[in-house]
Amino acid sequence: MKLLTHNMLSSNIKGVTAGYPLLIEPQITTTTEVPINPNFLRHIFPKLDYSALVAAAKTLGFSDLPETAGVSDLEDEGFLKRFHHALLELKLEEGALVCPESGRRFMVSKGIPNMLLHEDEV
Amino acid sequence: MSARPELRAPPEIFYDEGEARKYTSSSRIIEIQAKLSDRALELLALPDDGIPRLLLDIGCGSGLSGETLSESGHHWIGLDISQAMLNVAVEREVEGDLLLGDMGQGLALRPGVIDGAISISAVQWLCNADKSSHNPRLRLKAFFGSLYRCLSRDAKAVLQVYPENLDQRQLILTSAMRAGFAGGVVVDYPHSSKSRKEYLVLTCGPPSLSASSVPNGIGEDGGSSDEDVSDDEETQVISAGDRQRPRKRQKLNWKVRGREWILNKKEQMRRKGNVVPADTKYTGRKRKARF
Repeated sequence: MKLLTHNMLSSNIKGVTAGYPLLIEPQITTTTEVPINPNFLRHIFPKLDYSALVAAAKTLGFSDLPETAGVSDLEDEGFLKRFHHALLELKLEEGALVCPESGRRFMVSKGIPNMLLHEDEV
Repeated sequence: MSARPELRAPPEIFYDEGEARKYTSSSRIIEIQAKLSDRALELLALPDDGIPRLLLDIGCGSGLSGETLSESGHHWIGLDISQAMLNVAVEREVEGDLLLGDMGQGLALRPGVIDGAISISAVQWLCNADKSSHNPRLRLKAFFGSLYRCLSRDAKAVLQVYPENLDQRQLILTSAMRAGFAGGVVVDYPHSSKSRKEYLVLTCGPPSLSASSVPNGIGEDGGSSDEDVSDDEETQVISAGDRQRPRKRQKLNWKVRGREWILNKKEQMRRKGNVVPADTKYTGRKRKARF
C-alpha cells in the first residue's frame, strides 16, 4: 500500500467521527522505483492531507519531507523528488493500520489492508 | 444454462482460488474484461490533458480492469471482497493499490479525493442478501452514499452492471439517485442478448440541462463494428435525473363498500319491488381475496 492510498483512507466504523488519519504500525516496508510525473504531483497535492503524509512517511522511516509545504514548493525539483518518493515509492507490505479513535486495527498483509468491518461495526 | 454467479454463493466464496485462476488463464474472460474496462474508461470522459488522475476500481478483482487504468497512465485504488482474487492481482503485480473490503459497508475514503470511479460487473452483487444481517437496500445506500462523498465535484462514476431483472435495475438506479447522483444508463448493443452491456454513468454535479452528458450506447448506425447488430438498431439512453415516482395505486372508493351500504341498496331494491334475497349473516361478509 502506497502512502497515496493511506492518505485517502479513513476508518468508517459506526460511531467513529475522527477516524482519520489511520496510524501506521509497520512491520515490513519496501521501496520501489516509480517514474516521476510532476503533473500528477501538482494535481494531487491540494487533495492530500500533507501533515498526515509527513507523519506517515516518518513512521515508514522517511523523514526528509518538510513539515509544511505550499503550492510554491511544487516548483522546486528537490521537493518534488522527495514528495514523489514519500507518496508513491514507499510501500507498506506487512503491518497494521489503527483507527485513531477506536483503536481498532486493520491488518495489512501482502500490501493489502483488510478493511472488512465486523457486523457490529457497520 | 447455469445460474447467475450472484445466486450461487456470496462473492467472497464464489470467487475462490479456482474461480480466480480463470481470471489469469482464460483469454476469453481477459478479453471481455479488457473491453468492458476500456468502454468504462471511455464513458468516464476524463479531461484529455495528460494529467494522471486518482481513480477508484470498485470490485477490482484480479486487477484486469485496473490494468486498463494503469495503461492510460492513471493511479488507482482497487477494492474487492475476495482475498483469492486480490491474491491474483498481487501475483500479476498490478500498479494500483488494493484494499480488501466490502463495498456494501461503505467506502472508507475521505470526502472529495477521488477523480473518477469505475466498476466492472460488480455492483449487482449488492442486490443479493448473502448473510442474514444483510439488507440490500441499506448496503446499496451505504455504497452509493460513500461513493458520492469520496468523489470530487466534477467526477463521474461508471458502473458496468449485470442486473438480474427490472426490479434490480430499478433498485440500483434509485439508490444512486437518492445518494445525490445524476446521470443515466448507457446500453451497448441493446438488442443482442449476448452482447448487451449496461453502464450506469453517474455524475456528482447538478444534472446538466442537455442530455449530452450521458453518451449514446453502441448499437446505432455507424456506431459499432459488431456483425450481430442490424442496421436499424436504436440506442437506449435513459436519463434518470428525477426521483422515480411511485405508481399510483387504484384508489378504493370507500363510499361504495361495506355491509351497511349493501343493506341499504337491498332495501332500496325491495321498495322498488324487485326480488331481493333475504338479509342474512352472510350478507356483505368478507370474502377471500380471489373475489
